Amino acid sequence: MSTTNFTLNVNSKKYTVDVEPETPLLWVIREYIGLTGTKYGCGLAVCGACTVHLNGKPMRSCVLPVSGAVGSKITTIEGISEDGNHPMQEAWIKEQVPQCGYCQSGQIMQAISLLNKNSDPSREEIKSHMNGIICRCGTYNRIIKAVERVTEENK
Amino acid sequence: MENKESKISRRKFVKIAGGITFLVTGYPLWARYKHKEGVETSLEKEISAWVQISTDGEVRIFNPVAEMGQGSMTALAVLVAEEMDADWSKVKIEYSPIDPKIYGRSWGGGRGGGTMMTVGSQAIRGYYENLRHAGAQARYVLLKAVSEKWKVPINDLSSANGYIKSKQLNKKISFGEIASFKNIEIEIPEIPVDQWKKPEDFKLIGKYVERYDIPEKVNGNAVYSIDVRLPNMVYAFISRSPVHGAKPTLTNLNELKESAGFVDVVEFDHGIGVVAETVQQGFVLKRKMKINWSKGSTAETHTSAKAYSEYEKIADNPNENWKVINDKGDASKSLAQLKNTYEADYKNDYAYHAQMEPLNAVASISNDGTSADVWVGTQSAAGAKITAVKALSIAPSNVTIHRCYLGGGFGRRSMSDYVHETCMIAGKIKRPTKLIWTREDDLRYGAFRPMSLQRLRAGLNDRGNLKVWQHSIIGTGGNLMTSGASTDYYTFEDQQIQMKSVDHGIRTKHWRAVGHGSTKFAIEAFINEIAYDQQKDPLDIRRELMRNHPRALNVLNRVAERSNWGSVTPEGRARGIAFAERSGSLVGGVCEISVNSNSGLIKVHKIWAVLDAGIVVQPDNALAQTEGSIIFGISSALKESISIKNGEVQESNYHDYNVLRMTDVPDILDIDMITSNESPSGIGEAALPWVPGAIAGAFLKLTGKKMRHIPFTKERVLEVLGS
Repeated sequence: MSTTNFTLNVNSKKYTVDVEPETPLLWVIREYIGLTGTKYGCGLAVCGACTVHLNGKPMRSCVLPVSGAVGSKITTIEGISEDGNHPMQEAWIKEQVPQCGYCQSGQIMQAISLLNKNSDPSREEIKSHMNGIICRCGTYNRIIKAVERVTEENK
Repeated sequence: MENKESKISRRKFVKIAGGITFLVTGYPLWARYKHKEGVETSLEKEISAWVQISTDGEVRIFNPVAEMGQGSMTALAVLVAEEMDADWSKVKIEYSPIDPKIYGRSWGGGRGGGTMMTVGSQAIRGYYENLRHAGAQARYVLLKAVSEKWKVPINDLSSANGYIKSKQLNKKISFGEIASFKNIEIEIPEIPVDQWKKPEDFKLIGKYVERYDIPEKVNGNAVYSIDVRLPNMVYAFISRSPVHGAKPTLTNLNELKESAGFVDVVEFDHGIGVVAETVQQGFVLKRKMKINWSKGSTAETHTSAKAYSEYEKIADNPNENWKVINDKGDASKSLAQLKNTYEADYKNDYAYHAQMEPLNAVASISNDGTSADVWVGTQSAAGAKITAVKALSIAPSNVTIHRCYLGGGFGRRSMSDYVHETCMIAGKIKRPTKLIWTREDDLRYGAFRPMSLQRLRAGLNDRGNLKVWQHSIIGTGGNLMTSGASTDYYTFEDQQIQMKSVDHGIRTKHWRAVGHGSTKFAIEAFINEIAYDQQKDPLDIRRELMRNHPRALNVLNRVAERSNWGSVTPEGRARGIAFAERSGSLVGGVCEISVNSNSGLIKVHKIWAVLDAGIVVQPDNALAQTEGSIIFGISSALKESISIKNGEVQESNYHDYNVLRMTDVPDILDIDMITSNESPSGIGEAALPWVPGAIAGAFLKLTGKKMRHIPFTKERVLEVLGS
């Protein structure tokens, strides 16, 4: 298992990493680049804690080999705002959403990707779009409120 | 013989010299102190007990408990800040050192000095008095210092929002300025409770305060132990016994040694650890390991689906040797005499914690091997420390535990097995080590909420009132099964609760609300069945049982009123009601459900819950905990099941261990909290236990069929509907 150089565009910065090509993007982001806001939860793309954006679309980074991310614009929770003031982050604070917080980067990234394609989603659309991201603490109802808050503010 | 230490420890003083540090003289604490950058600046610095005030006005408050999402990090600091009248915007919260003598609490309240375990929804009630007292003492010191400096009587002074004000001199001074006073030494007295703040004067307790940890939990900066990275760090994984108790023999060490990135293997009784240079190499090496597992462990003989019939035989045995939990009157005799009796068996499968952050820890040992640092998210700070000290054979004073946020605990992180593993590996290979449990590891080597069968028997008198109650609990996990079996809020003339524990060699552990999750299900489902059969309102039958407990009755009545109980529900839906106590808090709940008779899916549409938890320190956070507990309760009622076959856990990840997801949540979660000045009780688990029994009650009303086995999976629902 030899290593290869990959150049990635993460949060509009270029990073060159020397890793095994099969390494999932998640672990490259976390352990090599040091952006640890993106979390490992399942390794099977079934919990969504690892959700990042690839060219603005949500992607479970735990199952995407790093080689598959080359040439894409990767955005992590650290890249959505300078000071944690993205409207979605502010709504998350106003609604006091997180409990343990571990899934929330994934939740926020998934929620932003919804509003990127649909600025006025119904509650059912929110639920269905967010269904892939598990929150074990049970913050779901507050997540819905936070997304609806941003939707309202955008009107 | 005179005990000098305890005599000295009663005397506390504070010295103001470039900042205020509240010392406890009996316990001089010497600890290495690190700045956020991880640079050691001062090797020996006195650490204050609860609060420090800097000359710039910053108030540092030390948090003794784990922050795992329950929010008590903020709530405990609120208690101190409230009594000392600190300016909340200047408060910084940090984890306290690990010293239970100073930072521990007592079980069920009091002034501390006990455990530092963060379990059982104990944080607020365990520290409520202790921290308010600490805050009151801090305020006293500030007043006393100003009174000496300004030469005014202490009762001329008042405090508010980070300032002390003199009426006589008509001027005020900030806490930061007071901290700049030179050479004032003040003895700290005990402050009697009647001199603490009155509830009507509270500025923070019972008010809305944003949680301290939330900003960094929305921008990716919150540090969980899995996020810690150190120079020269290696990655460790462990292949653990698929059947608990099986011992490993590694058969392909040479092959592993040839693999890229191999560092070492570390043998344990329960598995083989493999260490690699990179995380990916670690994953690959873990998969490559070939291990022969020993045979003959107890767990090998256990298949969970078959265990229920074994439990039934125990329940049937008239000569069984029970452990008695509660025995009032003579339930067996009364049941034999009454004509109108009921009997039913309730079952619950094993349940897995499923906290989002799989277990992990990071350990680093100094080059000379005399000191160590361990990063961990733990519910058991002192337990983690002792575990590390033993595993590393390094003196306690040289082992530093860096407490991180917990990506969920729910009881699993009160164990320190993962700390032991990490330290054993780091100790052997002498390099900074991050041990990662994969999700599969975390699930398959889980420590589960016990499976059990509960046989309930009840007898009604001639007037149709519930008089006799017999509750027999059979399963694995001992007392973990019996929490919540007692029902002090219901009056029975005869009440017998008994338990029989069978050892299957399976690891069991506290799980959110512990045994309440299963016992309250059985109790409440049974009461709903009896009411249904008697054609009584399940609300009324509980009202009658609560005749001697007005506080519980009030909660039940409130939820009935709030949900408009008895009103007409939409076609295809029905409502169920239940009540439970957990951690001293009382919760009544109503749910409205529908059942898809083709798919077998139960959908919970609406929930109403009323909580009485005494004084609520942080109402919005209490609401969040209640919402979370209800979601957890629905999840456990409908989805969660671990099955074991010949000792092997059959599930492996979130695709086959289902937990509640966004589309499953009720449209309405209507929660009300009763405001009172009763002592605070626990909130983190309180709203979970009532849920499954209420769903069973609604199901019965809707279909006339009885769901007696949680979780109510599609398959079980279809089976019951077809019966």
